[in-house]
Amino acid sequence: MHQRRSWFVLSMLCFGFAFLYVPILSMIVYSFNASRLVTVWDSAHSPTLVWYSELFRNDEIMDAAGLSFRIAAVNATGAVILGTLAAFALERFRRFRGRGLFSLLTTAPMVLPEVITGLSLLLLFVVLEPLIGARGATTITIAHMTFSMAYAIVVIQARLATVDRSLEEAAMDLGARPLKVFAVITLPLIAPAIASAWVLSFILSWDDIVITSFVSGPGSTTLPQYVFSKVRLGVSPDINALATILVLIVSVAVFIAGTVMMRRDQRRIRDAQIALGAGG
Amino acid sequence: MASGSRLGRWGVIALPYLWLAVFFLVPFLIVLKISFSNVQLSMPPVEPALTWDADHAVHLRLHLSNFAFVLSDRLYIEAFAESLLIAAVSTVISLLIGYPMAYGIARAPGTWRNVLFLLVVLPFFTSFLLRVYAWMGLLGRAGPVNGLLLKLGLIHEPLQLLQTNFAVYLGMVYSYLPFMVLPLYSAIEKLDLTLLEAAADLGCRPTKAFFTITLPLTREGIFAGCLLVFIPAVGEYVIPALLGGPDTLMIGRVVWDEFFGNRDWPVASALAIVLLVLLSGFVLLLQYVQSREREA
Repeated sequence: MHQRRSWFVLSMLCFGFAFLYVPILSMIVYSFNASRLVTVWDSAHSPTLVWYSELFRNDEIMDAAGLSFRIAAVNATGAVILGTLAAFALERFRRFRGRGLFSLLTTAPMVLPEVITGLSLLLLFVVLEPLIGARGATTITIAHMTFSMAYAIVVIQARLATVDRSLEEAAMDLGARPLKVFAVITLPLIAPAIASAWVLSFILSWDDIVITSFVSGPGSTTLPQYVFSKVRLGVSPDINALATILVLIVSVAVFIAGTVMMRRDQRRIRDAQIALGAGG
Repeated sequence: MASGSRLGRWGVIALPYLWLAVFFLVPFLIVLKISFSNVQLSMPPVEPALTWDADHAVHLRLHLSNFAFVLSDRLYIEAFAESLLIAAVSTVISLLIGYPMAYGIARAPGTWRNVLFLLVVLPFFTSFLLRVYAWMGLLGRAGPVNGLLLKLGLIHEPLQLLQTNFAVYLGMVYSYLPFMVLPLYSAIEKLDLTLLEAAADLGCRPTKAFFTITLPLTREGIFAGCLLVFIPAVGEYVIPALLGGPDTLMIGRVVWDEFFGNRDWPVASALAIVLLVLLSGFVLLLQYVQSREREA
């Protein structure tokens, strides 16, 4: 009986991971396809790198990628700054006027459908047009910061909750000013969470298509916007090449992060064992 | 010193608060306002709600006509119904695939568990748009899926797989499966294994132990996973736009088309408000059920 169940779980695991990865692998395979008919494998010709060279010669794609990168970097930095402040307010200042509305505002952007967020921000930017000018990179960045910030708050607040407050209080008792306590004690302790929040915000912005489409202007096309307008007309081999490069970058990053995390866990376990051994 | 730290504290709260108020709350109030306005040929293409006449009297005009239109037109009602149906079915399928997966990962030996966990997270970090696009290649008339079915002799001519509701379901489950697996995984991992051992010692069959112990104790994870899949799925735009056919009416797509296609801002705003009310009602209902269960 037990055997049968673990067999079932194992086959579901295989099925689930195949389901998650076959489409991604298919894009990688077809990015080397010699045929222009994207989904038909041309076995008469050998695999080719022609779509990759076409990709890098395509100025439109390169410009869009550059714009997306700049927006994502500025967005991540802004979202992390605002997110740290908000997480600090929510975690350390238990009571202040308007706390209920504030915590609602910090979680709502995560659950609100993107179409609604995009629509409402566009309507705001139309009203603000005399003030902030035509829509473009600036309005896209503001929009991205607004929803990325919500995710940054969750990550940073979770870490802040685990920080031992007696460290902060001890520093305070010894006469350190609040800003110094934050810079010397709190910030180094929450630094890993700030780094994860930055990466998460960067990726959320880099990938966003729906909200971006609402708030962007005629002069600014981000990479997802370019990809979306192209794939709406059908599959295209250079998009496969683009996907392959992006998947490769992310896999390497996740692999490095994963190994670092695992090493740290192992070291912590070893340290604990040594400490126990010394104690006994 | 004290006043300085109070100023600092005020700044810490005020900056993000102000940002969210200006870029989240105010836009939302504008949508609400426009949903009560009439269309007008201008830019922005809506009639102002507040007007001043010659003798400085303020007139406030709120039209309920957009809501009446949205709630009576068959097209919109069908779009809402279809969105809820597609989201609900996709959520159930994700749960059925995601639960055994999460269970398998949580019960895998040490290193494997970390590797499998990372493999679930990885798709989340690769572009959503590109992952949906991958299915366009796979499901096309000349694509590998049709090719395989033809070669196996299961079909004699290529099936129309793209631009169908089937493709939309597939895309939904595929895109949102990691959101289902992650909360389930953390719920199953926390489960106290001695409970299952005790049940086995007392002669309880594994299947019965699963339904009487494991499943009820991981209920929180199931709730969280379902919510994380259902909510974004209802308002989804990209998947029906790329994989769905012209008859796949999902509300996210309808809002988009009303706004960009028909330039009917008031109707798009009214649709957004109705969708929001619907989703909030759903979340509140779920929270209510959950708190009732916790009390019981």
